[in-house]
Amino acid sequence: MANVVKLLSVKRRESLWIGFSACVLALVCHPLSAQTRLRMSTTTSTENSGLLDVLLPPFEKQCNCKVDVIAVGTGKALKLGEQGDVDVVLVHARALEDQFVANGFGVDRRDVMYNDFVIIGPASDPAELNHASSAVDAFQRIAGRQALFISRGDDSGTYQKEEEIWSAAKINPVGSWYRSAGQGMGEVIMMATELRGYTLADRGTYNAYRHGKTDLAIVYDDSHAFGRQGKSFSQLTVDQVTALTGANGLFNPYGVIAVNPKRFPYVHYDLAMKFIAYITGTEGQQIIANYRVQGDSVFFTYKGK
Amino acid sequence: MADFFVQSFRMAMALIFARDKEVLSAVAISLNVAMWSVALGSVLGVPIGMLVALGNFPGKGAVRLVLNSLMAMPTVVIGLLVYAFISRQGPLGSLGLLFTPVAIIIGQSILATPVIGNYVLSTIQGVDELILPTAQTLGASNLRSVWQLAREVRFGLVAAIVAGFGRVISEVGVAMMVGGNIRMYTRTMTTAIALETSKGEFAFGLALGLILICVSLAVNLFLTIAQESRRV
Repeated sequence: MANVVKLLSVKRRESLWIGFSACVLALVCHPLSAQTRLRMSTTTSTENSGLLDVLLPPFEKQCNCKVDVIAVGTGKALKLGEQGDVDVVLVHARALEDQFVANGFGVDRRDVMYNDFVIIGPASDPAELNHASSAVDAFQRIAGRQALFISRGDDSGTYQKEEEIWSAAKINPVGSWYRSAGQGMGEVIMMATELRGYTLADRGTYNAYRHGKTDLAIVYDDSHAFGRQGKSFSQLTVDQVTALTGANGLFNPYGVIAVNPKRFPYVHYDLAMKFIAYITGTEGQQIIANYRVQGDSVFFTYKGK
Repeated sequence: MADFFVQSFRMAMALIFARDKEVLSAVAISLNVAMWSVALGSVLGVPIGMLVALGNFPGKGAVRLVLNSLMAMPTVVIGLLVYAFISRQGPLGSLGLLFTPVAIIIGQSILATPVIGNYVLSTIQGVDELILPTAQTLGASNLRSVWQLAREVRFGLVAAIVAGFGRVISEVGVAMMVGGNIRMYTRTMTTAIALETSKGEFAFGLALGLILICVSLAVNLFLTIAQESRRV
Protein backbone atom coordinates (compact mmCIF):
# COMPACT_ATOMS: atom_id res chain seq x y z
CA MET A 1 0.00 0.00 0.00
CA ALA A 2 2.75 2.41 0.97
CA ASN A 3 4.40 1.84 -2.39
CA VAL A 4 1.25 2.61 -4.27
CA VAL A 5 0.85 5.74 -2.21
CA LYS A 6 4.46 6.77 -2.88
CA LEU A 7 3.97 6.11 -6.58
CA LEU A 8 0.97 8.38 -6.62
CA SER A 9 2.34 10.90 -4.20
CA VAL A 10 3.83 13.14 -6.88
CA LYS A 11 0.38 14.00 -8.01
CA ARG A 12 -1.32 13.58 -4.70
CA ARG A 13 -2.43 17.21 -4.44
CA GLU A 14 -4.05 16.92 -7.84
CA SER A 15 -5.59 13.56 -7.07
CA LEU A 16 -6.92 14.96 -3.84
CA TRP A 17 -8.63 17.74 -5.70
CA ILE A 18 -9.99 15.38 -8.30
CA GLY A 19 -11.35 13.10 -5.61
CA PHE A 20 -12.77 16.02 -3.69
CA SER A 21 -14.48 17.45 -6.77
CA ALA A 22 -15.84 14.02 -7.60
CA CYS A 23 -17.37 13.83 -4.13
CA VAL A 24 -18.91 17.27 -4.44
CA LEU A 25 -20.24 16.43 -7.89
CA ALA A 26 -21.71 13.17 -6.65
CA LEU A 27 -23.39 14.97 -3.77
CA VAL A 28 -24.74 17.78 -5.92
CA CYS A 29 -26.02 15.60 -8.75
CA HIS A 30 -28.56 13.97 -6.57
CA PRO A 31 -31.01 11.80 -8.48
CA LEU A 32 -34.03 13.81 -7.50
CA SER A 33 -35.48 14.88 -10.81
CA ALA A 34 -38.54 16.97 -11.37
CA GLN A 35 -40.11 14.37 -13.66
CA THR A 36 -43.38 12.87 -12.44
CA ARG A 37 -42.93 9.37 -11.14
CA LEU A 38 -45.72 6.84 -11.30
CA ARG A 39 -45.28 4.23 -8.60
CA MET A 40 -46.39 0.74 -9.43
CA SER A 41 -46.14 -2.23 -7.14
CA THR A 42 -46.17 -5.51 -8.96
CA THR A 43 -45.23 -9.13 -8.56
CA THR A 44 -41.77 -10.52 -9.04
CA SER A 45 -43.06 -12.63 -11.94
CA THR A 46 -43.82 -9.63 -14.16
CA GLU A 47 -40.49 -7.99 -13.40
CA ASN A 48 -38.35 -11.13 -13.62
CA SER A 49 -39.90 -12.12 -16.94
CA GLY A 50 -38.40 -9.01 -18.51
CA LEU A 51 -41.78 -7.91 -19.89
CA LEU A 52 -41.74 -4.56 -18.11
CA ASP A 53 -38.46 -3.63 -19.79
CA VAL A 54 -40.23 -3.55 -23.15
CA LEU A 55 -43.70 -2.57 -21.96
CA LEU A 56 -42.83 0.54 -19.94
CA PRO A 57 -40.45 2.60 -22.14
CA PRO A 58 -43.06 3.52 -24.82
CA PHE A 59 -45.42 4.72 -22.08
CA GLU A 60 -42.71 6.66 -20.28
CA LYS A 61 -41.96 8.43 -23.54
CA GLN A 62 -45.63 9.25 -24.17
CA CYS A 63 -46.34 10.64 -20.72
CA ASN A 64 -42.87 12.12 -20.17
CA CYS A 65 -42.78 10.40 -16.81
CA LYS A 66 -40.94 7.59 -15.06
CA VAL A 67 -42.60 4.43 -13.86
CA ASP A 68 -41.05 3.23 -10.60
CA VAL A 69 -41.49 -0.51 -10.37
CA ILE A 70 -41.50 -2.06 -6.92
CA ALA A 71 -41.46 -5.81 -7.43
CA VAL A 72 -42.64 -7.78 -4.39
CA GLY A 73 -45.09 -10.59 -3.67
CA THR A 74 -48.72 -10.00 -4.62
CA GLY A 75 -49.80 -9.72 -0.98
CA LYS A 76 -47.23 -7.05 -0.27
CA ALA A 77 -47.93 -5.29 -3.57
CA LEU A 78 -51.57 -4.90 -2.51
CA LYS A 79 -50.52 -3.89 0.99
CA LEU A 80 -48.47 -1.04 -0.48
CA GLY A 81 -51.65 0.06 -2.25
CA GLU A 82 -53.68 -0.21 0.94
CA GLN A 83 -51.22 2.11 2.66
CA GLY A 84 -51.24 4.54 -0.23
CA ASP A 85 -47.54 4.08 -0.89
CA VAL A 86 -48.05 3.37 -4.60
CA ASP A 87 -50.30 4.75 -7.37
CA VAL A 88 -51.16 1.56 -9.19
CA VAL A 89 -50.87 -2.19 -8.64
CA LEU A 90 -50.38 -4.98 -11.19
CA VAL A 91 -50.91 -8.34 -9.52
CA HIS A 92 -52.31 -11.85 -9.86
CA ALA A 93 -54.62 -12.98 -7.07
CA ARG A 94 -58.20 -12.45 -8.19
CA ALA A 95 -59.85 -12.98 -4.81
CA LEU A 96 -57.50 -10.58 -3.05
CA GLU A 97 -57.85 -8.03 -5.84
CA ASP A 98 -61.65 -8.02 -5.57
CA GLN A 99 -61.33 -7.61 -1.82
CA PHE A 100 -58.91 -4.73 -2.35
CA VAL A 101 -61.46 -2.93 -4.52
CA ALA A 102 -64.41 -3.83 -2.26
CA ASN A 103 -62.60 -2.35 0.73
CA GLY A 104 -62.22 0.92 -1.14
CA PHE A 105 -58.45 0.88 -1.56
CA GLY A 106 -58.57 0.59 -5.33
CA VAL A 107 -60.88 1.52 -8.16
CA ASP A 108 -61.66 0.04 -11.55
CA ARG A 109 -59.88 -3.31 -11.74
CA ARG A 110 -59.10 -4.26 -15.31
CA ASP A 111 -57.90 -7.53 -16.87
CA VAL A 112 -54.47 -7.17 -18.44
CA MET A 113 -53.19 -10.60 -19.41
CA TYR A 114 -52.98 -14.16 -18.22
CA ASN A 115 -50.86 -17.24 -18.22
CA ASP A 116 -51.06 -20.34 -16.10
CA PHE A 117 -49.43 -22.12 -13.24
CA VAL A 118 -47.64 -25.38 -13.82
CA ILE A 119 -46.57 -28.08 -11.40
CA ILE A 120 -42.92 -28.87 -11.99
CA GLY A 121 -40.84 -31.70 -10.60
CA PRO A 122 -38.16 -34.24 -11.47
CA ALA A 123 -38.69 -35.74 -14.94
CA SER A 124 -38.86 -39.21 -13.33
CA ASP A 125 -42.08 -37.97 -11.66
CA PRO A 126 -42.05 -40.27 -8.58
CA ALA A 127 -45.59 -39.29 -7.49
CA GLU A 128 -46.99 -39.86 -11.01
CA LEU A 129 -48.53 -36.44 -11.43
CA ASN A 130 -48.47 -37.09 -15.13
CA HIS A 131 -51.60 -39.22 -14.68
CA ALA A 132 -53.43 -36.69 -12.53
CA SER A 133 -56.81 -35.55 -13.79
CA SER A 134 -56.93 -32.20 -12.03
CA ALA A 135 -54.73 -29.86 -10.02
CA VAL A 136 -56.46 -31.07 -6.87
CA ASP A 137 -55.74 -34.68 -7.84
CA ALA A 138 -52.11 -33.75 -8.50
CA PHE A 139 -51.70 -32.23 -5.04
CA GLN A 140 -53.39 -35.26 -3.47
CA ARG A 141 -50.85 -37.48 -5.19
CA ILE A 142 -47.98 -35.43 -3.81
CA ALA A 143 -49.39 -35.63 -0.27
CA GLY A 144 -50.31 -39.31 -0.63
CA ARG A 145 -46.76 -40.28 -1.63
CA GLN A 146 -45.22 -37.82 0.81
CA ALA A 147 -43.22 -36.52 -2.14
CA LEU A 148 -41.11 -33.47 -1.38
CA PHE A 149 -43.00 -30.24 -2.08
CA ILE A 150 -41.44 -26.80 -1.86
CA SER A 151 -43.99 -24.13 -0.99
CA ARG A 152 -43.44 -20.44 -1.60
CA GLY A 153 -44.66 -19.86 1.94
CA ASP A 154 -44.85 -16.09 1.45
CA ASP A 155 -47.64 -13.69 0.57
CA SER A 156 -47.41 -14.20 -3.18
CA GLY A 157 -50.20 -14.92 -5.64
CA THR A 158 -48.59 -18.29 -6.29
CA TYR A 159 -48.79 -19.16 -2.61
CA GLN A 160 -52.47 -18.10 -2.60
CA LYS A 161 -52.99 -20.57 -5.42
CA GLU A 162 -51.20 -23.36 -3.52
CA GLU A 163 -53.42 -22.74 -0.51
CA GLU A 164 -56.54 -22.73 -2.67
CA ILE A 165 -55.67 -26.13 -4.12
CA TRP A 166 -54.66 -27.67 -0.76
CA SER A 167 -57.93 -26.56 0.79
CA ALA A 168 -59.97 -27.90 -2.15
CA ALA A 169 -58.05 -31.17 -1.79
CA LYS A 170 -58.97 -31.15 1.92
CA ILE A 171 -55.34 -31.57 2.88
CA ASN A 172 -53.56 -29.69 5.61
CA PRO A 173 -49.99 -29.80 4.32
CA VAL A 174 -47.70 -30.54 7.23
CA GLY A 175 -44.82 -32.92 7.58
CA SER A 176 -41.23 -33.23 6.54
CA TRP A 177 -42.24 -33.57 2.87
CA TYR A 178 -43.71 -30.04 2.88
CA ARG A 179 -41.13 -27.27 3.06
CA SER A 180 -42.10 -23.65 3.32
CA ALA A 181 -39.35 -21.57 1.72
CA GLY A 182 -40.58 -18.02 2.23
CA GLN A 183 -38.74 -16.88 -0.90
CA GLY A 184 -39.39 -15.68 -4.44
CA MET A 185 -40.40 -17.87 -7.37
CA GLY A 186 -36.90 -18.06 -8.79
CA GLU A 187 -35.34 -19.11 -5.51
CA VAL A 188 -38.02 -21.74 -4.97
CA ILE A 189 -37.47 -23.23 -8.43
CA MET A 190 -33.73 -23.42 -7.69
CA MET A 191 -34.47 -24.99 -4.30
CA ALA A 192 -36.79 -27.59 -5.82
CA THR A 193 -34.14 -28.33 -8.42
CA GLU A 194 -31.44 -28.89 -5.80
CA LEU A 195 -33.70 -30.97 -3.55
CA ARG A 196 -35.44 -32.85 -6.41
CA GLY A 197 -38.90 -31.79 -5.24
CA TYR A 198 -42.15 -30.61 -6.72
CA THR A 199 -43.34 -27.04 -6.72
CA LEU A 200 -46.05 -24.84 -8.18
CA ALA A 201 -44.66 -22.18 -10.51
CA ASP A 202 -46.03 -19.62 -12.90
CA ARG A 203 -45.20 -20.61 -16.45
CA GLY A 204 -43.42 -17.36 -17.21
CA THR A 205 -40.81 -17.76 -14.48
CA TYR A 206 -40.44 -21.46 -15.22
CA ASN A 207 -39.80 -20.70 -18.89
CA ALA A 208 -37.15 -18.20 -17.93
CA TYR A 209 -35.41 -20.88 -15.84
CA ARG A 210 -35.92 -23.79 -18.22
CA HIS A 211 -32.87 -23.02 -20.30
CA GLY A 212 -29.87 -24.05 -18.25
CA LYS A 213 -31.00 -23.16 -14.74
CA THR A 214 -33.34 -26.02 -13.88
CA ASP A 215 -33.82 -29.52 -15.24
CA LEU A 216 -37.23 -29.93 -13.62
CA ALA A 217 -40.03 -30.69 -16.06
CA ILE A 218 -43.68 -29.72 -16.20
CA VAL A 219 -45.39 -32.78 -14.74
CA TYR A 220 -48.87 -31.29 -14.63
CA ASP A 221 -50.63 -28.38 -16.27
CA ASP A 222 -54.17 -27.55 -17.36
CA SER A 223 -53.82 -29.39 -20.67
CA HIS A 224 -54.08 -32.61 -18.62
CA ALA A 225 -57.57 -31.66 -17.52
CA PHE A 226 -58.63 -31.73 -21.18
CA GLY A 227 -56.99 -35.09 -21.77
CA ARG A 228 -54.39 -33.33 -23.87
CA GLN A 229 -51.24 -34.13 -21.95
CA GLY A 230 -48.16 -32.57 -23.40
CA LYS A 231 -50.06 -30.10 -25.55
CA SER A 232 -48.76 -26.67 -24.91
CA PHE A 233 -50.85 -24.20 -23.01
CA SER A 234 -50.85 -21.78 -25.91
CA GLN A 235 -52.85 -24.32 -27.92
CA LEU A 236 -55.77 -24.14 -25.51
CA THR A 237 -58.44 -21.58 -26.34
CA VAL A 238 -59.17 -18.68 -24.06
CA ASP A 239 -62.54 -20.23 -23.23
CA GLN A 240 -60.97 -23.54 -22.24
CA VAL A 241 -58.43 -21.79 -20.06
CA THR A 242 -60.83 -19.46 -18.32
CA ALA A 243 -63.32 -22.29 -17.77
CA LEU A 244 -60.88 -23.81 -15.33
CA THR A 245 -61.05 -21.11 -12.73
CA GLY A 246 -61.03 -21.73 -9.01
CA ALA A 247 -59.17 -24.61 -7.46
CA ASN A 248 -59.87 -26.91 -10.40
CA GLY A 249 -57.65 -25.09 -12.80
CA LEU A 250 -54.35 -23.33 -12.89
CA PHE A 251 -55.53 -20.22 -14.71
CA ASN A 252 -53.45 -17.22 -13.66
CA PRO A 253 -55.00 -13.87 -14.55
CA TYR A 254 -53.21 -10.55 -14.01
CA GLY A 255 -55.17 -7.45 -13.15
CA VAL A 256 -54.29 -3.77 -12.87
CA ILE A 257 -55.92 -1.50 -10.30
CA ALA A 258 -55.56 2.23 -9.68
CA VAL A 259 -55.25 3.22 -6.03
CA ASN A 260 -58.35 5.09 -4.87
CA PRO A 261 -57.75 8.88 -5.03
CA LYS A 262 -60.66 9.51 -2.65
CA ARG A 263 -58.83 7.62 0.03
CA PHE A 264 -55.35 8.87 -0.79
CA PRO A 265 -55.67 12.32 -2.40
CA TYR A 266 -51.95 12.57 -3.19
CA VAL A 267 -51.77 9.56 -5.55
CA HIS A 268 -51.15 10.20 -9.24
CA TYR A 269 -54.60 9.00 -10.21
CA ASP A 270 -54.80 10.57 -13.67
CA LEU A 271 -51.42 9.20 -14.61
CA ALA A 272 -52.40 5.79 -13.22
CA MET A 273 -55.53 5.80 -15.40
CA LYS A 274 -53.44 6.78 -18.42
CA PHE A 275 -51.16 3.88 -17.68
CA ILE A 276 -54.08 1.48 -17.34
CA ALA A 277 -55.52 2.72 -20.64
CA TYR A 278 -52.12 2.13 -22.22
CA ILE A 279 -51.53 -1.44 -21.07
CA THR A 280 -55.10 -2.53 -21.75
CA GLY A 281 -55.15 -0.65 -25.07
CA THR A 282 -54.01 -1.81 -28.50
CA GLU A 283 -50.36 -0.86 -28.18
CA GLY A 284 -49.81 -2.34 -24.73
CA GLN A 285 -51.72 -5.52 -25.53
CA GLN A 286 -49.71 -6.02 -28.69
CA ILE A 287 -46.41 -5.67 -26.84
CA ILE A 288 -47.58 -8.21 -24.24
CA ALA A 289 -48.81 -10.70 -26.85
CA ASN A 290 -45.62 -10.45 -28.90
CA TYR A 291 -43.26 -10.75 -25.96
CA ARG A 292 -41.14 -13.89 -26.06
CA VAL A 293 -38.49 -15.34 -23.77
CA GLN A 294 -36.23 -17.66 -25.76
CA GLY A 295 -39.02 -18.20 -28.25
CA ASP A 296 -41.74 -18.94 -25.66
CA SER A 297 -44.76 -16.75 -25.04
CA VAL A 298 -44.89 -15.71 -21.42
CA PHE A 299 -48.16 -13.83 -21.12
CA PHE A 300 -51.32 -14.08 -23.17
CA THR A 301 -53.91 -11.39 -23.88
CA TYR A 302 -57.68 -11.72 -23.99
CA LYS A 303 -57.97 -10.57 -27.59
CA GLY A 304 -59.45 -13.93 -28.64
CA LYS A 305 -62.21 -13.63 -26.11
CA MET B 1 -16.71 -24.52 -10.32
CA ALA B 2 -13.60 -22.81 -11.66
CA ASP B 3 -15.60 -22.13 -14.80
CA PHE B 4 -18.15 -20.28 -12.77
CA PHE B 5 -15.56 -17.85 -11.39
CA VAL B 6 -13.82 -17.39 -14.72
CA GLN B 7 -17.17 -16.68 -16.35
CA SER B 8 -18.10 -14.17 -13.63
CA PHE B 9 -14.73 -12.45 -13.89
CA ARG B 10 -15.00 -12.15 -17.67
CA MET B 11 -18.52 -10.83 -17.33
CA ALA B 12 -17.40 -8.24 -14.78
CA MET B 13 -14.66 -7.05 -17.13
CA ALA B 14 -17.06 -6.96 -20.05
CA LEU B 15 -19.59 -4.96 -18.04
CA ILE B 16 -16.98 -2.45 -16.92
CA PHE B 17 -15.54 -1.94 -20.37
CA ALA B 18 -18.90 -1.85 -22.13
CA ARG B 19 -19.98 0.79 -19.57
CA ASP B 20 -23.29 -1.00 -19.21
CA LYS B 21 -25.83 1.72 -18.45
CA GLU B 22 -27.66 -0.12 -15.69
CA VAL B 23 -24.48 -1.24 -13.96
CA LEU B 24 -23.04 2.28 -14.09
CA SER B 25 -26.28 3.63 -12.69
CA ALA B 26 -26.20 1.12 -9.82
CA VAL B 27 -22.57 2.08 -9.06
CA ALA B 28 -23.43 5.79 -9.16
CA ILE B 29 -26.48 5.37 -6.93
CA SER B 30 -24.55 3.21 -4.46
CA LEU B 31 -21.75 5.78 -4.21
CA ASN B 32 -24.15 8.69 -4.03
CA VAL B 33 -26.28 7.37 -1.19
CA ALA B 34 -23.18 6.03 0.60
CA MET B 35 -21.48 9.44 0.49
CA TRP B 36 -24.53 11.25 1.76
CA SER B 37 -25.00 8.66 4.48
CA VAL B 38 -21.38 8.84 5.58
CA ALA B 39 -21.52 12.65 5.51
CA LEU B 40 -24.65 12.72 7.67
CA GLY B 41 -23.33 9.88 9.81
CA SER B 42 -20.15 11.90 10.45
CA VAL B 43 -22.05 15.05 11.31
CA LEU B 44 -23.86 13.05 13.97
CA GLY B 45 -21.28 10.42 14.86
CA VAL B 46 -18.15 12.55 15.33
CA PRO B 47 -19.68 14.89 17.96
CA ILE B 48 -21.34 11.95 19.68
CA GLY B 49 -18.03 10.08 19.85
CA MET B 50 -16.22 13.18 21.14
CA LEU B 51 -18.86 13.97 23.72
CA VAL B 52 -18.90 10.46 25.09
CA ALA B 53 -15.10 10.28 25.13
CA LEU B 54 -14.48 13.67 26.75
CA GLY B 55 -17.63 14.28 28.69
CA ASN B 56 -18.11 13.31 32.26
CA PHE B 57 -21.73 12.60 32.88
CA PRO B 58 -23.82 10.01 34.67
CA GLY B 59 -24.84 7.05 32.53
CA LYS B 60 -21.77 7.31 30.31
CA GLY B 61 -21.28 3.56 30.51
CA ALA B 62 -24.85 2.98 29.41
CA VAL B 63 -24.42 5.32 26.44
CA ARG B 64 -21.31 3.42 25.37
CA LEU B 65 -23.17 0.15 25.69
CA VAL B 66 -26.00 1.44 23.52
CA LEU B 67 -23.54 2.80 20.97
CA ASN B 68 -21.83 -0.58 20.80
CA SER B 69 -25.11 -2.47 20.47
CA LEU B 70 -26.32 -0.17 17.72
CA MET B 71 -23.31 -1.22 15.65
CA ALA B 72 -24.72 -4.74 15.66
CA MET B 73 -28.24 -3.66 14.74
CA PRO B 74 -29.45 -5.77 11.80
CA THR B 75 -29.90 -3.62 8.70
CA VAL B 76 -33.39 -4.99 8.10
CA VAL B 77 -34.49 -3.79 11.54
CA ILE B 78 -33.27 -0.26 10.75
CA GLY B 79 -35.01 -0.59 7.40
CA LEU B 80 -38.22 -1.61 9.12
CA LEU B 81 -38.06 1.31 11.57
CA VAL B 82 -37.40 3.84 8.83
CA TYR B 83 -40.16 2.25 6.75
CA ALA B 84 -42.65 2.67 9.59
CA PHE B 85 -41.76 6.34 9.90
CA ILE B 86 -41.81 7.36 6.24
CA SER B 87 -44.59 5.17 4.84
CA ARG B 88 -47.71 7.17 3.97
CA GLN B 89 -49.27 5.81 7.15
CA GLY B 90 -46.29 6.86 9.25
CA PRO B 91 -45.63 10.15 11.04
CA LEU B 92 -43.48 11.49 8.17
CA GLY B 93 -45.73 10.02 5.49
CA SER B 94 -46.75 13.32 3.96
CA LEU B 95 -43.18 13.87 2.73
CA GLY B 96 -43.52 10.95 0.32
CA LEU B 97 -40.01 9.68 0.99
CA LEU B 98 -40.58 5.93 0.78
CA PHE B 99 -38.96 4.30 -2.26
CA THR B 100 -36.71 7.28 -2.99
CA PRO B 101 -32.92 7.60 -2.62
CA VAL B 102 -33.53 9.93 0.33
CA ALA B 103 -35.15 7.03 2.21
CA ILE B 104 -32.02 4.93 1.74
CA ILE B 105 -29.84 7.82 2.91
CA ILE B 106 -31.89 8.19 6.10
CA GLY B 107 -31.59 4.50 6.90
CA GLN B 108 -27.91 4.22 6.02
CA SER B 109 -27.05 7.33 8.06
CA ILE B 110 -28.53 5.58 11.06
CA LEU B 111 -26.30 2.61 10.25
CA ALA B 112 -23.18 4.72 9.85
CA THR B 113 -23.59 6.96 12.90
CA PRO B 114 -22.80 4.43 15.69
CA VAL B 115 -19.90 2.96 13.71
CA ILE B 116 -18.33 6.40 13.21
CA GLY B 117 -19.16 7.40 16.80
CA ASN B 118 -17.47 4.32 18.20
CA TYR B 119 -14.34 4.74 16.11
CA VAL B 120 -14.02 8.37 17.16
CA LEU B 121 -14.62 7.39 20.77
CA SER B 122 -11.87 4.78 20.87
CA THR B 123 -9.42 6.95 18.92
CA ILE B 124 -9.78 9.81 21.37
CA GLN B 125 -9.40 7.48 24.30
CA GLY B 126 -6.24 6.16 22.69
CA VAL B 127 -4.40 9.50 22.53
CA ASP B 128 -2.63 11.33 25.31
CA GLU B 129 -5.31 12.47 27.67
CA LEU B 130 -3.27 15.56 28.51
CA ILE B 131 -3.83 17.15 25.10
CA LEU B 132 -6.93 19.03 26.12
CA PRO B 133 -5.59 20.34 29.48
CA THR B 134 -2.27 21.19 27.81
CA ALA B 135 -3.95 23.16 25.06
CA GLN B 136 -6.07 24.94 27.63
CA THR B 137 -3.07 25.76 29.81
CA LEU B 138 -1.40 27.23 26.74
CA GLY B 139 -4.33 29.63 26.54
CA ALA B 140 -6.50 27.96 23.87
CA SER B 141 -10.24 28.40 24.08
CA ASN B 142 -12.41 25.31 24.58
CA LEU B 143 -13.34 25.19 20.90
CA ARG B 144 -9.73 25.70 19.90
CA SER B 145 -8.62 22.86 22.22
CA VAL B 146 -11.14 20.45 20.73
CA TRP B 147 -9.95 21.47 17.26
CA GLN B 148 -6.37 20.69 18.34
CA LEU B 149 -7.55 17.31 19.57
CA ALA B 150 -9.34 16.62 16.28
CA ARG B 151 -6.10 17.44 14.42
CA GLU B 152 -4.25 15.05 16.67
CA VAL B 153 -6.67 12.18 15.96
CA ARG B 154 -7.29 12.92 12.28
CA PHE B 155 -6.05 9.47 11.21
CA GLY B 156 -8.61 7.94 13.52
CA LEU B 157 -11.26 10.15 11.95
CA VAL B 158 -10.33 8.89 8.48
CA ALA B 159 -10.51 5.33 9.82
CA ALA B 160 -13.95 6.10 11.22
CA ILE B 161 -15.16 7.36 7.86
CA VAL B 162 -13.70 4.34 6.09
CA ALA B 163 -15.48 2.03 8.54
CA GLY B 164 -18.75 3.92 8.14
CA PHE B 165 -18.41 3.76 4.38
CA GLY B 166 -17.78 0.03 4.58
CA ARG B 167 -20.89 -0.48 6.65
CA VAL B 168 -23.22 1.35 4.21
CA ILE B 169 -21.75 0.38 0.82
CA SER B 170 -22.09 -3.31 1.69
CA GLU B 171 -25.54 -3.35 3.24
CA VAL B 172 -28.61 -4.58 1.39
CA GLY B 173 -31.42 -4.62 3.99
CA VAL B 174 -32.13 -0.89 4.18
CA ALA B 175 -31.63 -0.24 0.48
CA MET B 176 -34.00 -3.06 -0.48
CA MET B 177 -36.69 -2.32 2.07
CA VAL B 178 -37.03 1.47 1.90
CA GLY B 179 -35.49 1.96 -1.55
CA GLY B 180 -37.61 -0.66 -3.27
CA ASN B 181 -34.88 -1.69 -5.76
CA ILE B 182 -36.28 0.58 -8.49
CA ARG B 183 -34.30 0.34 -11.72
CA MET B 184 -32.03 3.35 -12.38
CA TYR B 185 -33.45 5.16 -9.35
CA THR B 186 -32.93 3.26 -6.11
CA ARG B 187 -31.23 0.11 -7.40
CA THR B 188 -27.85 -0.05 -5.69
CA MET B 189 -25.03 -2.51 -6.32
CA THR B 190 -26.15 -4.73 -3.48
CA THR B 191 -29.86 -4.80 -4.35
CA ALA B 192 -28.91 -5.49 -7.97
CA ILE B 193 -26.85 -8.46 -6.77
CA ALA B 194 -29.80 -9.70 -4.70
CA LEU B 195 -32.09 -9.35 -7.72
CA GLU B 196 -29.75 -11.18 -10.09
CA THR B 197 -29.31 -13.96 -7.54
CA SER B 198 -33.07 -14.32 -7.22
CA LYS B 199 -33.27 -14.61 -10.99
CA GLY B 200 -30.71 -17.43 -10.87
CA GLU B 201 -28.12 -15.28 -12.69
CA PHE B 202 -25.34 -16.22 -10.30
CA ALA B 203 -22.46 -15.38 -12.62
CA PHE B 204 -23.89 -11.93 -13.29
CA GLY B 205 -24.47 -11.39 -9.58
CA LEU B 206 -20.89 -12.32 -8.80
CA ALA B 207 -19.69 -10.04 -11.59
CA LEU B 208 -21.51 -7.16 -9.92
CA GLY B 209 -19.93 -8.22 -6.63
CA LEU B 210 -16.46 -7.95 -8.17
CA ILE B 211 -17.26 -4.46 -9.43
CA LEU B 212 -18.48 -3.50 -5.96
CA ILE B 213 -15.17 -4.66 -4.48
CA CYS B 214 -13.26 -2.60 -7.07
CA VAL B 215 -15.33 0.48 -6.25
CA SER B 216 -14.70 0.04 -2.51
CA LEU B 217 -11.01 -0.45 -3.21
CA ALA B 218 -10.89 2.79 -5.21
CA VAL B 219 -12.65 4.78 -2.49
CA ASN B 220 -10.40 3.38 0.24
CA LEU B 221 -7.31 4.00 -1.86
CA PHE B 222 -8.36 7.61 -2.24
CA LEU B 223 -8.92 7.98 1.50
CA THR B 224 -5.55 6.40 2.23
CA ILE B 225 -3.80 8.78 -0.16
CA ALA B 226 -5.61 11.70 1.40
CA GLN B 227 -4.46 10.55 4.83
CA GLU B 228 -0.82 9.99 3.79
CA SER B 229 -0.54 13.34 2.08
CA ARG B 230 -1.69 15.18 5.19
CA ARG B 231 1.22 13.67 7.09
CA VAL B 232 3.75 15.79 5.16
